[in-house]
Amino acid sequence: MSVAEELDCRGMRCPLPVIHLARALPGVAIGDVVRVLATDPAAAVDIPAWCRMRNQEYLGEPAEGAYDVRRRS
Amino acid sequence: MGGYFDAATATPLHPVAREAMLAALTDGWADPGRLYPEARRARQLVDAALSVVAEILGERPERVHATPGGGEAAGYAVAGVRRGRRRIGGTVVRSAVEHSSVIKAVGGDAVEIPVDRLGRVSADAFAAAVREPGVAMAALMSANHEVGTRQPVAEVARACHEAGVPLYVDAAQTVPWEPVPTGWDLLSMSARKWGGPAGVGFLVLRPGVRWVDPRPALPPVNIPLLVGAAAALRAVRADADRQAKRLSALVDRIRAVVPAGVPDVEVVGDPVDRLPHVVTFSCLYVDGEALLHALAREGFAVSSGSACTADTLRPSHVLAAMGVLTHGNVRISLHPGTAEADVDRFLAVLPGVVAALREEAGVSGL
Repeated sequence: MSVAEELDCRGMRCPLPVIHLARALPGVAIGDVVRVLATDPAAAVDIPAWCRMRNQEYLGEPAEGAYDVRRRS
Repeated sequence: MGGYFDAATATPLHPVAREAMLAALTDGWADPGRLYPEARRARQLVDAALSVVAEILGERPERVHATPGGGEAAGYAVAGVRRGRRRIGGTVVRSAVEHSSVIKAVGGDAVEIPVDRLGRVSADAFAAAVREPGVAMAALMSANHEVGTRQPVAEVARACHEAGVPLYVDAAQTVPWEPVPTGWDLLSMSARKWGGPAGVGFLVLRPGVRWVDPRPALPPVNIPLLVGAAAALRAVRADADRQAKRLSALVDRIRAVVPAGVPDVEVVGDPVDRLPHVVTFSCLYVDGEALLHALAREGFAVSSGSACTADTLRPSHVLAAMGVLTHGNVRISLHPGTAEADVDRFLAVLPGVVAALREEAGVSGL
């Protein structure tokens, strides 16, 4: 799986990583993956929750502090 | 007081508690352990207060122990059973959404039972875990303090009973409103949650539970606080049915009106099988701390499970266990002094507050 865009949100506090993800996702093609790097512990909960609310696909945490999201719509 | 919506942390002192405490300050100053008349008076106050609490629970007074708070009661419950059942094992089976004082009391030797999106444990998963060897006890709250969801205590209690494992129920949030679910072996509660004073909790033990008092020495009883706690509980429970119905209808209204007026908001917890006075929601893209301050400027005191509002900067373990949004989180908990007009004013103000914060952060329409 290739990552179309990587967002470096390390050091940012929630809700900023989710806001960056929401801004970036429409910029990639449907089916592409955006990776969010975040150190805020809330990101581990809020990124999957955002995907559920926005009907995007949360792919998981491939490494600690990295969260992959596939644009579904 | 009209905008005070944090009763699940501390409910405003009940006027009856205040009166009872003032009287006890005058009458209950002596050491209840002595033999002279002043001591007898103090002892009578203690006995009467414990009897009131016991009667409300349908228990005998000697099974009710006053503690310095609900958190302390949790600590004594867990430590005492671990001592009493040392030969069986030290593991405690608990839900993922217990109060932080219970989680801390249990520590690392724990089996954590996950919850669903509504914040409820599966009774089957709980039952399977208590059947494993080495389990000292199980801990399950009657209802969750952050999202209001009630837990299947009676069902879990049957499984615990069959497995011979004592069940500790943290009933802090339900005791002001309703009878405790059946089947518990140890119960804790906190007077601050029902309009009693801060600094008093209770631990109640059913007969037959192997509990060895972990306290090195019994602390002196704070008689005025104990008397105030009992007086408030009696007063609150006398009016509980009416208040629970009234507040539950207000919560229903909040649950319906907030998502209608605020875009991108998630109201969490069970909408029906829940506490009468607690409702929690999260606003997408909004900073929880900024939201709390903005509501405070409008005269509303609420709490939040968002990381930025916690000392630890970690999000609420309850919201995390449920897998729901943790930022922009607001918990509203009502109390008998809450008027319908207070809720109306909150509902009128909230959409503008959230919209202004989103505008400021440049996330409107995102």
